[in-house]
Amino acid sequence: MTTATTAVAPTPEAATRPRRRRHLLSSADLSLPEIREILDTAAEMHEVQRRDVKKLPTLRGRTVVNLFFEDSTRTRSSFEIAGKWLSADVINVSGKGSSTSKGESLRDTVLTVAAMGVDALVIRHGASGAAHQVSQWVDAHVVNAGDGMHEHPTQALLDAYTMERRLGSLEGRHVAIVGDLTHSRVVRSNLITLGRLGARVTLVAPPTLMPAGIGAWSQSDGFALSHDLDEVLPGVDVVMMLRVQRERMSGGFFPTPREYTVGYGLTRDRLRTLVAANPEAVICHPGPMNRGLEIAADAADAAQSLILEQVSAGVAVRMSVLYHLLAGSDERPGHDHEGGES
Amino acid sequence: MPALLVTGADLAGAGAQDLLVEDGVITEVGRITSARGADVLDGEGLVALPGLVDLHTHLREPGREDAETIASGSAAAAVGGFTAVLAMANTTPVTDTAEAAERVLDLGRAAGLVDVQPVGAVTKGLAGEELAELGLMRRSRAAVSVFSDDGHCVHDARVMRRALEYVRAFGGVVSQHAQDPRLAGRQACAHEGELSGRLGLPGWPAVAEESIVARDVMLARHTNSRVHIAHVSTAGTVEVVRWAKAQGIAVTAEVTPHHLALTTDLIAGYDPTFKVNPPLRPREDVDALRAALADGTIDAVATDHAPHARHDKEHAFVDAAFGMLGLETALSVVSDVMVRGGLLDWAGVARVMSEAPARIAGLRGHGRPLAVGSPGNLTLVDASAQVTVNAADSLSLSRNNPWHGRPLTGAVHATVLRGRVTAQKGALA
Repeated sequence: MTTATTAVAPTPEAATRPRRRRHLLSSADLSLPEIREILDTAAEMHEVQRRDVKKLPTLRGRTVVNLFFEDSTRTRSSFEIAGKWLSADVINVSGKGSSTSKGESLRDTVLTVAAMGVDALVIRHGASGAAHQVSQWVDAHVVNAGDGMHEHPTQALLDAYTMERRLGSLEGRHVAIVGDLTHSRVVRSNLITLGRLGARVTLVAPPTLMPAGIGAWSQSDGFALSHDLDEVLPGVDVVMMLRVQRERMSGGFFPTPREYTVGYGLTRDRLRTLVAANPEAVICHPGPMNRGLEIAADAADAAQSLILEQVSAGVAVRMSVLYHLLAGSDERPGHDHEGGES
Repeated sequence: MPALLVTGADLAGAGAQDLLVEDGVITEVGRITSARGADVLDGEGLVALPGLVDLHTHLREPGREDAETIASGSAAAAVGGFTAVLAMANTTPVTDTAEAAERVLDLGRAAGLVDVQPVGAVTKGLAGEELAELGLMRRSRAAVSVFSDDGHCVHDARVMRRALEYVRAFGGVVSQHAQDPRLAGRQACAHEGELSGRLGLPGWPAVAEESIVARDVMLARHTNSRVHIAHVSTAGTVEVVRWAKAQGIAVTAEVTPHHLALTTDLIAGYDPTFKVNPPLRPREDVDALRAALADGTIDAVATDHAPHARHDKEHAFVDAAFGMLGLETALSVVSDVMVRGGLLDWAGVARVMSEAPARIAGLRGHGRPLAVGSPGNLTLVDASAQVTVNAADSLSLSRNNPWHGRPLTGAVHATVLRGRVTAQKGALA
């Protein structure tokens, strides 16, 4: 165990540095140096994942609660494994579906959980801003594991991590994000993180799936918009396909799934175009996929696909995030710097 | 009740005068040298306005007495300078019968601080389907003349048409909460624009209001009836109302203090205190609303005072209750934004906060000029007072106060209801 610990031991400098960040609520919270630090640590964590004994003692004695108001097997398991491999006690709590006016308020629910003595709350909620609000009510560290249509900062970090491992620096790389932008928290976080890493982003969707005010937004934040995937695809370094939720299909956002696929799906033909124009191009998808709708099976399983690597990176990145928020925190001195024991 | 002598107040900008109220009626205006036995209210340096009238309050009783009661809401109104308020119908049960309306009237009288005039529902249970007993509410002791499903839009064009036609028989008016539910559904909670896109909040587009207002002014023309537009929030609505008035259509409109002063960027931190329906809008809309109030396109300021229990606001933003307090701060906001901003003089404030709303609501005992023979309802304003709003000071039972911590210029000094001082310097008299 001690040898494993040295791999992720904070540098003496890091161990003495005061904690800079209490919560991770938005990708905008992270400066470029902070992103770099999280991704670098994630790389170390990723190495640990390949060992037979994966567990590090770093967060021993800390309690992490995954408070999920919305079902998400993937993100919840990812945070759960991340916490456990850092030796934190991880507890999963499903929040009841929130309701207006009747029933328990979000604040009461969260205070109840926090009162049990929690070091970090990992929150998934169907409402935008929920993690932000919760952070104002509790003393625990809050990690936003997806809030409504707003943000999903650890997803953006793991996406960046995965892309960098394949492509190297993202500076000047062209990333196309395609699909239901309006309802996607993934795209909002990715715009920020990819932007800070110097990537050039183009969002592609039919107008009905683009968020309100995206024109002004794209101008002030410097990304591009397109309704034409075929125009954008040749020459991109990364194409990230977003899931189209089944419930949107009857919402009048587009006529039929068939028409959507023809216009915006990563079909077999488009896979060929992508690879022909740039043999190094890669494919991402935050999952879960609708094979045959936004992404053809051939594309999902292609050599260019990073989809499973994203999942694997997710654990490492979340370990890194928990580590950066919790380890070296000064409020519980007895628990500090355990990673440095070796 | 002893007579009340108000000395030396500037009568809505027309110059300093003394004013004597006897038996609830103004009996003398000018330089009054003898008023033996009268209580004296020193009005030196103050502006006197006819008592303020609020076309749009939610007093929550019956049904949500934990958030507000008619008594607590009346107290907040008196402190805010109001002598009459219209109480919206979206209580539990809904004010959709004569009996329910009379109960609100009676509770208001029992509180005795302001005249509480019930608004009747347009449709049974606010369901938007069948007309409520509009005529019986009109014939009741409450003499209801304003009808509104506020909180809900009367979105069915045929129902709206019938309501407008029906109330014409007795000079009633329908106050419309303009929100096309197909364009701005129940989840819609943020002005649809760049910020709502960034925040991932369901958008409430301006067109959802404007398209209903456009339809309703045409229905008012078609039915030769009167329509009132509640809480106008967009520049586009202002254009439609301006056009309709130019055509001679009988449309009136109100704007809230918060839509005159607060902008949508306040929701960036997801604080549900700033969640209101219709939502706070961008600066361009705010500027258009101010100009429209100044030029008379918008007739009145109405608070949409909407108290909520703390726990109903402590949900995620999209799940939290809509609405904010307004009664106690309305005059200060209008003073700060419109008077200090050079857009209205005090005669103008009297027009938009007393005369016009009283006229729209058909309240004959309110909104009258400060002259002999008028009811002794007045509001004394310290135009130069610097106030910083403190939510804890409120007489409302609720604390959803978006003005907390804000400095404002101008404050209510005292409120007089038919010769009786009801409130002074932020407290009940």
